[in-house]
Amino acid sequence: MSDISVYESPIAEAPSYGLMAEFDSAQELVDAAHKAQAAGYKKIDAYSPFPIEGLAEAIGFHKDRVALVVLIGGIIGGLTAYGLQYWVAVITYPTNIGGRPYHSWPSFIVVTFELTILFAGLSAVIGMLALNGLPMPYHPVFNVAEFSKATENKFFLVVFSSDPNYDPADTRSFLSGLSPRMIAEVPS
Amino acid sequence: MATNTQIPVADRRAPVIEPGHTFSTITAKISNIVLSRPISLGWIFGFLIVFGMLNMLAGVLGYLFLKGVGIWGINIPVGWGFAIINFVWWIGIGHAGTLISAILALLRQTWRNSINRFAEAMTLFAVMCAGTFPLAHMGRPWLFYWMFPYPNTMRYWPNFRSPLVWDVFAVSTYFTISLVFWFVGLIPDLATLRDRAENPLVRGIYGLLAMGWRGSARHWHRYETAYLLLAGLATPLVLSVHTVVSFDFAVGIVPGWHTTIFPPYFVAGAIYSGFAMVLCLAIPIRAIYGLKDFITERHLEISAKVMLATGLIVAYGYFMEGFMGWYSGNQFDSFLLWNRFHGPYKISYLALLFCNIAIPQVLWLKKFRVSTGWLWLISFVVLVGMWLERFIIIVVSLSRDFVTSSWGMYYPTKWDWMTFGGTIGLFLTGIWLFVRILPMISIFELRTLLPEAHVHEATEVKQ
Repeated sequence: MSDISVYESPIAEAPSYGLMAEFDSAQELVDAAHKAQAAGYKKIDAYSPFPIEGLAEAIGFHKDRVALVVLIGGIIGGLTAYGLQYWVAVITYPTNIGGRPYHSWPSFIVVTFELTILFAGLSAVIGMLALNGLPMPYHPVFNVAEFSKATENKFFLVVFSSDPNYDPADTRSFLSGLSPRMIAEVPS
Repeated sequence: MATNTQIPVADRRAPVIEPGHTFSTITAKISNIVLSRPISLGWIFGFLIVFGMLNMLAGVLGYLFLKGVGIWGINIPVGWGFAIINFVWWIGIGHAGTLISAILALLRQTWRNSINRFAEAMTLFAVMCAGTFPLAHMGRPWLFYWMFPYPNTMRYWPNFRSPLVWDVFAVSTYFTISLVFWFVGLIPDLATLRDRAENPLVRGIYGLLAMGWRGSARHWHRYETAYLLLAGLATPLVLSVHTVVSFDFAVGIVPGWHTTIFPPYFVAGAIYSGFAMVLCLAIPIRAIYGLKDFITERHLEISAKVMLATGLIVAYGYFMEGFMGWYSGNQFDSFLLWNRFHGPYKISYLALLFCNIAIPQVLWLKKFRVSTGWLWLISFVVLVGMWLERFIIIVVSLSRDFVTSSWGMYYPTKWDWMTFGGTIGLFLTGIWLFVRILPMISIFELRTLLPEAHVHEATEVKQ
């Protein structure tokens, strides 16, 4: 840690969130992402108007934990439902229905199944949003005017300034080498 | 980026998207219906009618809560009547939406990308209509929450061995999962609307709903996993819901109800009527909003084929009911069969066979599958037929049970009809508003159908 950096004004440096390059096609974006990763950039992200196969891998993102969240949610749902029914029918409110045993498990399967689905489904949605950090109404990338096309027909690659290899001049020249439509600085 | 967007099709079938579209044109065409298309007089006129029907529902239900279910035609022995007929009919209609959005997604039927959004909306509105009936039928609907297990001062708990309690869980889970599935599908399109809206208020509302979606590759990755898992969860769910609805009948010992064929036969019937409703809505909507490029002849033809196939499963169900009536040797079952053809409701049964089995057979001919006029008419006939099916199952069986002294006829009153009409108003009001405030076709899923959305893998990257 260099102690002199404390005395450098962070504002004078015009803090930047990163550099954004805009592309015309999905193919160009995936190629650019591969090249950025090959050039040693770790903290990058790509933005597209629809899911592109292989793009997440191209920016070095391999494992999402959504499936695990859903599995856990489903198991909790199933156990909750069966446990509740057992507790109600056997322990707290036993009723004799046509002489059936209190623990008449075949009758409990439907509700167990439904609540498994309910908990797993809600976990999928909430888990996906939470892992994505949504809702997040403000994000620096929205400051670039052209970025509004990211939900229509344009493709963007951003190298974050937090990347160890990030250097305003070098990164900009690297991105120009990918022949994008434009390069913009993302204000922090 | 004007490129040739010819969709490769294996044969001479109509394409899923008409050629010539780009990411921009798809986006503009669908989002402009919401953002910039002026409200037409036709829309307002139609809205006044359907909203009037919805208000009729409010009035009728108000009167019902004041007077009690005695204003309906139900009696003993026919205690279920219109309330349960319409419940089963509506929930069945909803099933096509889930089938299209979930099952066809798992089967990678990409043509479903242009009809899944509004089919899911249809599901939600249909389940709302369905839910109205059991609530209204309760007699004391303000105590509906007694159906849920919650700690209460009465120290009472629901009986989990009852199919009616299973129904509460099945239908409420179905509605919740359908709602979140639909909303998750909407998020990227809401972001598109946010980025295209000119009006700051409109922009703010869509922005709030889009929750800051920015199309990051990481987000898309998790999004697709979640969507796929939701589809995988919704698939057994939709099959279970109508199965549980059929248990309401099949667990009872009434002749004509107590059969093992009910679950598959109900599920097939649900999809049958649901596709009929999809076609009844899609045919006018694609014409009015100029969406023939996205909902093509191909979609209509496939839907017609699904209708034909599920209609044949339903026909098999009718045949097996008849066969078992004879083969079981049970006098009550044989009487039920005789009573359907010769009893007081024989006109309804013959109409049912005509609507559900006879008429749809014309769909074997391609001419009828691709003619929008004929297809709309056939779909409407199927909707009527499937409604009659539920009428026959409930009323014919209950009105003539084991002991002649307990026989009794059922006639719906004007209040029954007005409640039914009112839920049609609720359903159509939902559709009316939906087409104007949300993108009725999934924009981002349509983009993925264009060839330029696909990336050639194994790009060599050399350092």
